[in-house]
Order: sequence, then structure tokens, then C-alpha cells
Amino acid sequence: MVRLIFVELQKTFLKKRTYLGFLIVLIIVPLIEVAMKLEGGRFVTNAFRSVARDFVLVGNLFNGWLVSYQIMNSLWVHIPLLVSFVAGDQLAGEATSGTYRLILTRPVSRTRIFLAKYFTVVLYTVVFVLFLAVLSIGLAVLLLGRGDLLLFARGGQITILPEGEVLWRFALAYLFACCSMITVSSIAFFFSSFVENAIGPIVATMGVLITFMVLTALPVEVLESVRTHFFTYYLDIWQRPFEDPISWERIATALLYFAGYSIVAVAGAWAVFLRKDILS
Amino acid sequence: MSEHPILETRSLGKRYGSRWAVRDLNLLVYPGDVFGFLGPNGAGKSTTIRMALSLIRPTTGEVRLFGRSLRSDRSAALRSVGGIVERPDFYGYLSAVKNLEIVGALYGGVPARRIWEVLELVGLKERGNDRVKAYSHGMKQRLGIAQALLSDPELIVLDEPTSGLDPQGMKEIRELITHLAREKKKTIILSSHLLNEIEMVATRMAIINKGELKVQGAVQDLLKSGEYRVLITGEPLAKLKSVLRRHRRLVKAVEPAETGMMVTMDREHVPAIAAALVRANVRLSGIIPRRSLEEYFLSITENATES
Repeated sequence: MVRLIFVELQKTFLKKRTYLGFLIVLIIVPLIEVAMKLEGGRFVTNAFRSVARDFVLVGNLFNGWLVSYQIMNSLWVHIPLLVSFVAGDQLAGEATSGTYRLILTRPVSRTRIFLAKYFTVVLYTVVFVLFLAVLSIGLAVLLLGRGDLLLFARGGQITILPEGEVLWRFALAYLFACCSMITVSSIAFFFSSFVENAIGPIVATMGVLITFMVLTALPVEVLESVRTHFFTYYLDIWQRPFEDPISWERIATALLYFAGYSIVAVAGAWAVFLRKDILS
Repeated sequence: MSEHPILETRSLGKRYGSRWAVRDLNLLVYPGDVFGFLGPNGAGKSTTIRMALSLIRPTTGEVRLFGRSLRSDRSAALRSVGGIVERPDFYGYLSAVKNLEIVGALYGGVPARRIWEVLELVGLKERGNDRVKAYSHGMKQRLGIAQALLSDPELIVLDEPTSGLDPQGMKEIRELITHLAREKKKTIILSSHLLNEIEMVATRMAIINKGELKVQGAVQDLLKSGEYRVLITGEPLAKLKSVLRRHRRLVKAVEPAETGMMVTMDREHVPAIAAALVRANVRLSGIIPRRSLEEYFLSITENATES
């Protein structure tokens, strides 16, 4: 199994398109952070103006932590799109290139090949999210320095996190972000098992994501009872570690939903893959 | 045939909707066979080969390789099988060596020495480190054969292995197949629409049409069966015709051909006719059998189409 995983990792990480997501992050994140540095915190000054009327703000509140936190908003749509590039290509890409015929005529069960591929998808997703974490935090702190993290929560609530607490909260936030992105990858992987080109799974995954997000946000009473069952309802999980106190119950519920969606998606993909006739 | 078959299909069938692509197919391939698998386009050859290599799940029946059921004992059944299914496709962004390493890993790993051996065997040793996307079709075809040989399998399944090759490339592949069969004692299943290719290398064959098996057996036996036609050329032509008329009991039919006379007769009467022609001072220039595989193939498949 280790050998199979190594093969799948090689196939994925020696492919140029695997690095497309990394390249985009490598361009966008420095661009945003340098722009913010040049702006000199003007946008924060505006945001904090109302607070400054009632409180005396001291220290460096426009700092690397705050900018890193803002960049995590890319976890709503942008990062899911980028992880689905690779997850959606994992099975469909073999069909497109005709290489199913090369690998599925060997004395290795389809289940083992499937598991090696899914492991690769999970690993890619984790590496990609961690890449975003290291780049965005590292560069932001380097450019803008550190300080306390001042956040506005929903309902106008303000949270000020002392500098000493911020790093581990970011670590937790990115850990949970990995879980939510693995769910997105699993859905892309599921769609990848059906089709013979990689575009379909990417479009289908984004379709599911956006539809669920709309249904989650739509203020309609009929949806009240079901919206909490959509995985998109919990996509804000990365914000939870920045609450004070942290709502562990909601985090646990979110993780259960992510696990549930991932298991169903992967089981579905497995069933399709096992029964698939290779006609390409 | 007392030996156990290396490949056996039992009532094998595949249905897509209401259409049977392959139906009730019983094939037997024995150790040492170069087994020609023939059929017109759409006859079900590729579907059969895909079922034999576990790419397609049969609707009915089963495939047995080395006595093991592909359905229940897949990994063991495929351990000694290598093959190309239709066009050879690879990971174009990787080198030939890396592609073969990937294939080797699926057999539990093969030493680097073996990878270079098979590349040398197919004439790609010098280009082994090049990316496959830079390969010509012919080179990919050779690499396809290299991957089929990588695990040193007992059974090699080659689906259209000379497709898209130039005459020199086709000759080389044909020689390689003969070498593998005669020197390396491999069993080879060769599917091709090039009948002369099969005729040159195959020892046994099967013809399928519309998904159903029409004939199966040793190539020579199948070609011997039925009517035997020879083209007799010689001069003077009038005397040649007269001799054939005199020996009407030995020949079944005579018809003029472009360069002589086309004669239908039993194979065992050929020497007597030849002797009679020589005795009558006909300057014989040729007695050429016209019972080619192509004619045989057409007689089988056209009869099937008519019926």
C-alpha cells in the first residue's frame, strides 16, 4: 500500500497543474499583503473608527495577524476551487489520458488503487491549506509585525485576543480549515469517479458548494430546519478558534458533519469506481 | 488438447442496454499459442480483451486465467499477464522510465535493470529518460509492448499492436512477437485487423462476428478446411486448359484468371494435376494456393452477415 501511495503521490506532484493552486496563492497572497502594507492600515482605521469613539486603542492593531485573518476568508470559495482542481482530476484525469488501461489491468485491487488516490487527495489538500497558512502568516508578520488581534464578530461583538494567544488559535483555525477543505476535496473526488474529463468534477463541486451556500444564507423559514445539515453551514469553522470562549460544541458538530459528508462522498466514489467499465 | 488452458472464457457476455456486444463466448488459449483473435470492426474483440483484463465487468459468464477466476481471484489471475489494450497511453509528462516504474510498482516493484532491459528490447533505450509526450506514435507503441513485458508475464495480450506503425515498424513488432513466442516461450493473444499479420505469426485463432464466436482452432486446420483454390500459371495456356479439362474428375471448378487458371479442388489432388501438366509439356510457372486467411475470414464473416 505504501508503494501505491508513493506512486500516486509521484503522479500528482510531478504534474505541473498540481502547482497551479500553489502558484495562484503565491501571487495573490503577497499581492494583498504588500498592498495592505502600502495602504498603511487605512481600511482598518475606517473599520475601527466606531470603536475608537468609546475605547482608547493602543498598540499595533493593524498587524500581520489581522491581515492573515482576513486572508482566511478565501476559504469560502477560492481555496475550495483550487483544491477541487487536483481532487477532481484524480480519477477523471486517468480516464481522460487513457491511463486507466495502464493501471487497472495489474494484479492490484481497484480498492487499493482507490485508497492510494484518496490518500493523495487528502495529503494534497492538507499541504495546500498549510502552504496558505505558512505563506500568509509568515509574510504578513514579516511585513506588518505582530500585536493583539482585534476582531469584529457577528452582531457587532468585539474580540481582542492578546498576542500570546493568537498563534495557537491560528494553528487550530487552519487545522479545522483542513477538515472543511477535505470535505470539499472528497466531493470533487466523488464527481471525479463518474466522468472522463476533469472540468466536470470542478464545475460540479463548485455548483454544489455555491448552491449549498445560497441555501444556507437564504433567510427563508422553510430552510430553517434543514440548513444546519448542509456542510456549508459549518464552513466558518475556521473562525471558531478566534472566539472567546471557543464554542467547542459547535466545532465538534461541524467536524461530525464534515466527516459524514466526506465518508458518504468517498463511499459513493468507491462504489462507482469498483463497478466502472473502462471504455476510454 | 490435454493441457490446461491459460485463458478460458466461459459463456462470456457483455450487454449494453438491449445490445449484446459479446455473447456466449467460449475461448480457449493454451500455453505456447500465438492466438490470433479476429473479427470485423465492432465485432466485440476489444470488449472481450477488456473483460479478459478486468477493465470491463462481464454481464454473463466468466474469464479464467491460469485456472483462476478473474472475478473471485483477480490479483492472482492477473499476476502473469501483460498487455496493451488498443492505443498505448502513458503519463506524457513523465519519462518512459518513470512510467515503467509506475507499472512495476503495481507488480510490487521491478528492478531498474529490468526496466532498461525491456526498453532495450523494444529499441527505446536511448530515449528512456525522455518525456513520453515527446514520443512519436510508433515509439509509444513500442513502449506499450515494453510495459506489457515488464513483469515477464507468461501471457501477453496485444490488441492491435502494430496500429499506426510504418511497414518497417510493423515488421519489427512482428519479429518481436515471433521472438517472444519461439525463444521466450510466451503465450500471446494477438488481436489485429491485419489478417496477413495474423497469418504470419499465429498458430491458433478465433474469429468473432457480432459478438459471437464463429470458429476457433489451429490456423492451418482452419485454412485446410473447406474448398481449396490454387492459381495455376503456365504456357501454353490452351494446353494448360486442355489438361485441366481432361482431369475433370480431380478438379471441382476451373475459371480463367488474369495470369492463368483459378482451380478449385481438394488439396490432395494438387500433385497429380501438377504431374499431368508436366507430362503434357506445359511450362509451369506457378501453382499458388489462394486459400488465404483473408479469404477464409471473409467467407466466415460474410456468411454470418448474410445469415
